[in-house]
Amino acid sequence: MIPALGLLIGLAAGLLLHPAVPLVWQPYLPIAVIAALDAVFGGVRAVMDGIFNDKVFVVSFLSNVVVAAFIVFLGDQLGVGSQLSTGVVVVLGIRIFSNVASIRRHVFNA
Amino acid sequence: MSQTNSPPATSGRRRLMLMARPRATKANILVGLLALLLGFAMATQVHQNQSLELASLPQSDLVTILDSTTLLSARLDQNARELQATRDQLVNGNTSAAAAVSAAKQRLDTLAILAGTAGAHGPGIQMTITDPGGKVTPPVLLDAIEELRDAGAEAIQVDTVRIVASSFFTQGASEIMIDGHSTLQPYTILAIGNPATMFSAMQIPGGLSENVSQLGATITIVQKTDLTVGALHPLVAPRYARPVSATP
Repeated sequence: MIPALGLLIGLAAGLLLHPAVPLVWQPYLPIAVIAALDAVFGGVRAVMDGIFNDKVFVVSFLSNVVVAAFIVFLGDQLGVGSQLSTGVVVVLGIRIFSNVASIRRHVFNA
Repeated sequence: MSQTNSPPATSGRRRLMLMARPRATKANILVGLLALLLGFAMATQVHQNQSLELASLPQSDLVTILDSTTLLSARLDQNARELQATRDQLVNGNTSAAAAVSAAKQRLDTLAILAGTAGAHGPGIQMTITDPGGKVTPPVLLDAIEELRDAGAEAIQVDTVRIVASSFFTQGASEIMIDGHSTLQPYTILAIGNPATMFSAMQIPGGLSENVSQLGATITIVQKTDLTVGALHPLVAPRYARPVSATP
C-alpha cells in the first residue's frame, strides 16, 4: 500500500513540478527508469511467489538503476552509447515481460 | 475459500493482499520512498522527452540529422538555382519572342501596303483628271503613276483599282483599263506620300499637269492631310516564282 501510494505521489509531483533534468543525467535517466521498473515488477512477482524480501528488493532496485546507468555511461565512453542503451532496454524489456507473465499466471491462473 | 485446482495462484494473490496492507516497517517505508523516486523519475523523463526533442538525442544522431539537413539544403539550393535560371530564360525568351513578333508585324504591314493587300491612310494628294476628248491614253496615266512613285508615293489608287508593281494599263474600247478593270471618267488618283513633294512633282514644267493640259484635259490636284486608299489588290500566289530560302 505504501509503495503504491509513493509511486502515485511521485508521478503527481513529477507532473506538477516539471523539474528540468540536469544535462549530465539526461542519457541515464530513461535507462534508470526502465531498470527500476524491472526491479518493481520483479518485486511484485517475488511477493506472489512468496519469496519477497525487503532488503533484496531495495538492493536490487538500487543496483539495477546504478548498473544500467553505468552501462550506458560505459557505452558513451566507448562510442557505442546508443547501441548499448538499446541492448539494455531490450534485456530489461524481456525481464519485465517474463515477470509480468509470471504475475499474470498468479492473478489469472493462465 | 481455497480452490482445489490452483492453490498456488490463490496463495499468490493472498500474499499480495497481505503485503498490500499498510505496515509501517522501516523496509516498507524505504520501498515506498524508492517507488516515489521511480514515479517522480518517470514523470520527469516523460515530460523531458516531450519538451526536448533534439536536445535529448545523442551526438551521433545529431550529426546524422545535421548532415541530412545540410544535404537537403544544398539540394534545395541547387533546385532554386535551376528554377531561377529557367525562369530567367523564359522571361528573356518571352521578351525576345515579343520583339520578334512586333518586328514581323511591322514587316507584314509594310509588305501588305506595298503589295496592296491592306488599306492605307495618311497625308497625300487627290488628283482628278477630266478628259472630255478622250485624249488621255494609258501611257499618260502610267507616266502619272511613275511620276508619283518618283515623288515618293507609297500607296496609289486609281478609281477603284489599287496600283501595285504588277498593275498594267491598257486601252479598252473607249476607256482606259487598269488590271483588266475599266475606269470611269473623271479619273481619280489617290496617292499617299509627302503631299508637297508630289504636288510640286505634278506641277513641274513638262510634267503631268502640262501634258494633260496640252491634251485638252483638265486636272485638279488637292493636297490632303489624311486620305484613305481603301482599294485592295487581290493577292495571287505566284505560279512559278518560289522564294529563295534566306538561310542556306
